[in-house]
Parts: sequence; C-alpha cells; structure tokens
Amino acid sequence: MPLPDRPAGDPALHRALAVLAGDPAGNGEVVAERADATVVRVGDRVAKAHAPDAEAAPLDVRVRVAAAATYRGVLLPPASSSGTVPLPGGRAGSVWPYGAPVDPDDAAAAPWEAAGELLARLHTAPLPPLAQLPGPLPPMRGPAKALRALTRMRTAPPGAHAAAADAVERAWAVLPPWCRDEERPPEARILCHGDFHLGQLVRHPPPDGPWHLIDVDDLGLGDPAWDLARPACWYAAGLLPPTAWDRFFAAYARTLRTAGAPRASSTLRGLAGPDPWRYLDAPARALTVQSAALGVAKARTEGRSLDEAEEACVAACARIADLFERTERAGRTELPAPQAP
Amino acid sequence: MMQCPKCGAPMQTYNRSGVQIEQCSNCRGIFLDYGELESLTRLEAQWMQSAPPPPGPQSYPAGPAWGAAHHGSHGHGPHGHGHKGHHGHHDHRGFGRMLFSS
Repeated sequence: MPLPDRPAGDPALHRALAVLAGDPAGNGEVVAERADATVVRVGDRVAKAHAPDAEAAPLDVRVRVAAAATYRGVLLPPASSSGTVPLPGGRAGSVWPYGAPVDPDDAAAAPWEAAGELLARLHTAPLPPLAQLPGPLPPMRGPAKALRALTRMRTAPPGAHAAAADAVERAWAVLPPWCRDEERPPEARILCHGDFHLGQLVRHPPPDGPWHLIDVDDLGLGDPAWDLARPACWYAAGLLPPTAWDRFFAAYARTLRTAGAPRASSTLRGLAGPDPWRYLDAPARALTVQSAALGVAKARTEGRSLDEAEEACVAACARIADLFERTERAGRTELPAPQAP
Repeated sequence: MMQCPKCGAPMQTYNRSGVQIEQCSNCRGIFLDYGELESLTRLEAQWMQSAPPPPGPQSYPAGPAWGAAHHGSHGHGPHGHGHKGHHGHHDHRGFGRMLFSS
C-alpha cells in the first residue's frame, strides 16, 4: 500500500463536515485538506473545519463579520446567519455557499482588477455595528502568520539550506517590530483580509457570478497595505509581471480614490497617493520573508531543494538584508547619505 | 549676404542656442562654420543628460529598492546591488503554487 505524502484526512471529521454542509448521510467531496483547514463540499455548500488552534471567540466574530451587510458583494457571506459551530473533536466549523475558484492552471486569467477593487472596498466600507457582533473586532493576523512562518523554519530539521535560512533571518531582523508581531501596527483601524492570495477569490453564484473574497480566518483590524503585500512581494521578487501588478494596484488605488475614503486613514491616503511604495515596502518585505521561511521549512521537512519561486524569495531576502543592514550601519555612524552616481 | 555654395540662392542666418547657422532660402541646405558642429553635438549631449523630465511634479519609484530586475519593464527603483542578471517571470509550477497558498 502506498504511503500518503501528507497526513491522511480524518474520516470522522469529513463525515461531520458533510452533515454540516447538508448531507444527513455524511457523504461529501473533500475539496481542501491542510493542516489549518479541511473543507468538504455537498452540492452548493461547503463546510469548513477551522484550524485546531484557532481562538474560538475571535473566529466567531470574523465569521459574523463576513455576514455583515456592509461587506455585501465583497466578502462571501456564510450560508447560515450563525457564526461558528463546534465540531465533534473540538474544532470550530462553519458553512458557506460554494463558489467557483480561480483556475490554478491559468494564472494569466487571474482577476487582478477584481482583486484590487474588492480589497479597496473591504478597506473603505464602514465597519459593522459592534452591537451586532458577539465581541470586539480582533486584530488582523498577518504579522502573527509571518512570525509563525519564521518559527516553522527554525523548528524544521536543520542542516540543509543553511545559507537560505541565514538570508531569511537577516531580512527578518531588519523588519519593523510591528511586522514581526512584536508591537501593535501603527495603523489598526482598517478591516483587512489578512491573508490575500489568488486562492481567496471565488465567483458566486458559480460559475460566472461576481468575484468575492473568502476565508476570513485571519481577518481583522490592521494595516491595509498588508493585504497588498503578497502581490507586491511576488512583483518585487520578479515572480509577477509588472503588467499584472499594475492591473491589481491601479484598480485598488482607483477604487480607493473613488470611495473618497482615504481621508479616514493616513495609510489609505498614502496608498492612493503618488508614492505608494513608502507604505507597501515593509509589509512586502514581511511577506517576502514569510514566503521564503515557509519555503525553507517545507524544503527541509520534505528533504527537497527550493523551487524557483522559493529561490526568488530567498534572493529577495538577501537583497533586503544587504540594503537595510547598510542603511542601519549608516544610521548608527551618522554617515552622509550615499551620493547618486 | 552669403550665397548657397550648392544652388547659389541667398542664405539666411539663424541663431540656435548661441550657434550661428546659415540656411539656404531655396534648397534648405545648412552651412556650419568651423567648430559649430562640435558646439551642436555638445548641446545635444547636455540636453540628453538633463532630459527627459519625469511626468508629474516628482518621480517616485515603481517598486522597492530591493526589487528584482524585470525584463522590459519600466523603472523599478534604484537597483545597483548586483542582481541585474535576474531572469524575467516565472510561469512555473513553483510560482503557481505560491500564488494560491498562504
């Protein structure tokens, strides 16, 4: 019998999710099986088992935020008006309508404009009335996930990829403390998705309804630039063509300006202004470090070499470290700024 | 007044950025005195160095200083730490996976 290359799913959990998604017999299609989530589909609904270590109360708030009227057409609302429900075994579950995802084999068809618009609408919509929520809006978990990626790299079997790990650590060390989850972010009044990538977009109703954002597990108050930081990291690492980045970011900035909401936040004003990289730079570096750290951790655990995208992120970490270590040294000794050639 | 050495028509004198130029009113031929060609070349070089002015009141980088070079792209921040040889864009499986995962 061949050994599975990942932990086998838990049949009892799959059955419980299928029941939750609407099949009393407990039969459903497993559409995602990761350490932090299991998703089972039954017809036009999916049920999700959230991460085993997810904090219950903030997660419940996050799921209810997705149901708030203020995010209609932006966040896919859950299929039931309740928040999370406990699953046998203790994990939290939730039920959602099924939406059609982006085709992973056709990155060229990725809906970059829609993604930029959705994130800008998320960032500029009025916050939901707190009285309608069971608790306060939690912080966005982006920096926490960056720290988690570093921890994962540090605890993976050591040995291989020592130079790559060193570049990652050096780039991590020159990040602002808030990007390492050591301090509160300077901007924390904007509701952010917290983990945007192309897997977080679905068309609803399928197959050709409008795009919506899904997966609110990391959603919360924080720096809106974090939601742009993953595409920014891919672009800066040379992985994303400038045309794709321009489509994404231009749609975002245009939607911000149309909403007129930049008044509400200095970061949103900056992102809509002439020098957005001033605001994108730190989060984009954080996501670069996070991606490289995860790549090294996985490569070490699986005993493989880094793939091309992971190599590109590690190379970007080395450039970040070189650039910012030089700047820090210059700052300490109060050297004059280097002259342009 | 000078006469055109080619067609004999009268030539008119123009001043272009301090350089005297004679142009024939008939055949449009141009006559340069000694050193004037060098003066024009020098002016052109100065113009090339100072121009073209960036659009808008101030130019901002289109990417971070630590960004990789993009082939055939617009400016991408001040580079210059030895990664110009970086390759263009990756449509390989590694990137595909990264685009769709946390």
